[in-house]
Amino acid sequence: MTALATFSLNKRFGGVAATQDVSLAIEEGARHALIGPNGAGKTTLINLLTGVLPPSGGRIELQGKDITALAPHQRVRRGLVRTFQINQLFAQLTPLESVTLAASESHRLGARAWQRLGANAVVRDEAADILERFRLADVMTRPTAELPYGKRRLLEVAIAIACRPRVLLLDEPVAGVPEGERAEILDSLAALPADVTVLLIEHDMDLVFSFASRISVMVGGALFAEGTGTEIAADPRVRAVYLGEGGHG
Amino acid sequence: MKASARAALQAASRWRALEFAFWLVPVAAYFLFPRHYLLLNEMAIFALFALSLDLILGYAGIISLGHAAFFGFGAYAAALFAKHIHPDPLLGLAATAAGAALFGLVSSVLILRGTDLTRLMVTLGIALITYEVAAKMAWLTGGTDGLQGVVVGPLLGRFDFDMSGRTAYLYSLATLFVLFLIARRVVHSPFGMGLKAIRDNRLRAAAIGIPVNRRLAAVNTLAATMAGMAGALLSQSTSFASLDVLAFHRSAEALLVLVIGGTGWLYGGPIGAVVFTLLHDRLAALTPQYWQFWVGAILAGLVLIGRERMRLIVRPWRWFKAKKVGE
Ligand SMILES: Nc1ncnc2c1ncn2[C@@H]1O[C@H](COP(=O)(O)OP(=O)(O)O)[C@@H](O)[C@H]1O
Ligand SMILES: [Mg+2]
Repeated sequence: MTALATFSLNKRFGGVAATQDVSLAIEEGARHALIGPNGAGKTTLINLLTGVLPPSGGRIELQGKDITALAPHQRVRRGLVRTFQINQLFAQLTPLESVTLAASESHRLGARAWQRLGANAVVRDEAADILERFRLADVMTRPTAELPYGKRRLLEVAIAIACRPRVLLLDEPVAGVPEGERAEILDSLAALPADVTVLLIEHDMDLVFSFASRISVMVGGALFAEGTGTEIAADPRVRAVYLGEGGHG
Repeated sequence: MKASARAALQAASRWRALEFAFWLVPVAAYFLFPRHYLLLNEMAIFALFALSLDLILGYAGIISLGHAAFFGFGAYAAALFAKHIHPDPLLGLAATAAGAALFGLVSSVLILRGTDLTRLMVTLGIALITYEVAAKMAWLTGGTDGLQGVVVGPLLGRFDFDMSGRTAYLYSLATLFVLFLIARRVVHSPFGMGLKAIRDNRLRAAAIGIPVNRRLAAVNTLAATMAGMAGALLSQSTSFASLDVLAFHRSAEALLVLVIGGTGWLYGGPIGAVVFTLLHDRLAALTPQYWQFWVGAILAGLVLIGRERMRLIVRPWRWFKAKKVGE
């Protein structure tokens, strides 16, 4: 069963073709990585998948249903959740508020105006669990804007987890996080239920090869190669345009 | 951890001692200043109007230059209701609330798209159009002469709106308090937190499944309802409505009041309204010709000193903040 698929997806910014004829299929429960040099169009693809940008052409299916015309929040409600390459947080909310809010929304309790935030025990406990797992418990009542970068990066991912994704799109989740502080993020990704589908964008090849069972390579807006880690590592074309460069950053 | 999360979430919406103290002030004022009920009434009405603006500005981050459209709509609606349909003030207030809610809902379509700048233009436009419509429909509104011959019945069938303004003040204060309680409940709900999320980061708000436009329409409707009710309080307590209720200066003053009191903590509107009304009253007595100049000068000074530095000096909005739990 395919969890997420695109069919001849295109996106042009003026004269620039940021996404070119991308047809990608991600299997249910897959650990799929998307790699490619900077400017390859990976973030643009995520923006198309999540509805932040409208495609210039092509189609997107989530669990076999066409979602091309759905608004971003409708896709989230169907389980398609993302994180951002550059943190997108709620500066004046605390981690506790942010995560509890995301959990409330995922339980369709977000429109309740007559109940206290966190009045629902299931929502509250889920939020507490996630905060603990991401080592955010000790800072959970501080405004997000006051947190150090590492904590904010954890919160970026924690909020997405609180949305209870069926398909999770991670745009360079450990970007800017020092080697020694990546463990929380990586552990929590490893701890995701097996039936959650994950698409990971990442430059660190060791991380990609250890995490993903399938890898797609994007170059210049187009899909360039796809295969298992071994296949990709051995593909001379990939080595030439990407791995061989050694340049990614 | 679960317990501390729960405690922290509960603490965020708990009533603080200073809040009780705050609400004792208008009650004390009732006993202390029996000769000033008209002024107190004005404060309570302005407090409600500014509170309603705080809901969309301070919580949802939508800046409006035309909030008087709802206030004025409510003032005329209540006056017309009393004149043509029924003199009972509470009935009139309820009908006005329904009408203002509808107006707010319809106007929401216009504020959803665009940038802050386009929203400023659009909200200003809504207010200007409302003003012109009221001016042109003289057969209904009395045009520039104002709406005459409004007779409002006694409150609860017993308390007449007397010259001293006593009934009016208690009526406005009670309405303000009830609507404040509603606003307070709403801002501490998941819905209210969603508004803050939209204010802080609309992109991410949508990315956690918040239907941004629907929520903004909902809060705009709520804010319009409250603003309309504030307008109703004014025309009911003065038995009069004129184009002044729709004038641009009302929208601008509501924003100034929030500059004075601060946004996003609910008390900014009421506190700012009291300060502004006192300032207005005192300066108008001292320099009847130039009071606006002095209000302007003081506000300019306030902005120059900067909210940030003010915060360091007084920090009134910190007094009510949740005590930190789990730190
Ligand atoms: N909003 C935009 N407007 C114009 N060009 C854009 C926009 N977003 C991305 N691009 C361009 O599209 C290309 C792909 O960018 P991006 O998707 O961010 O790449 P990646 O995430 O792989 O580094 C780049 O050339 C970039 O400059
Ligand atoms: Mg990118």
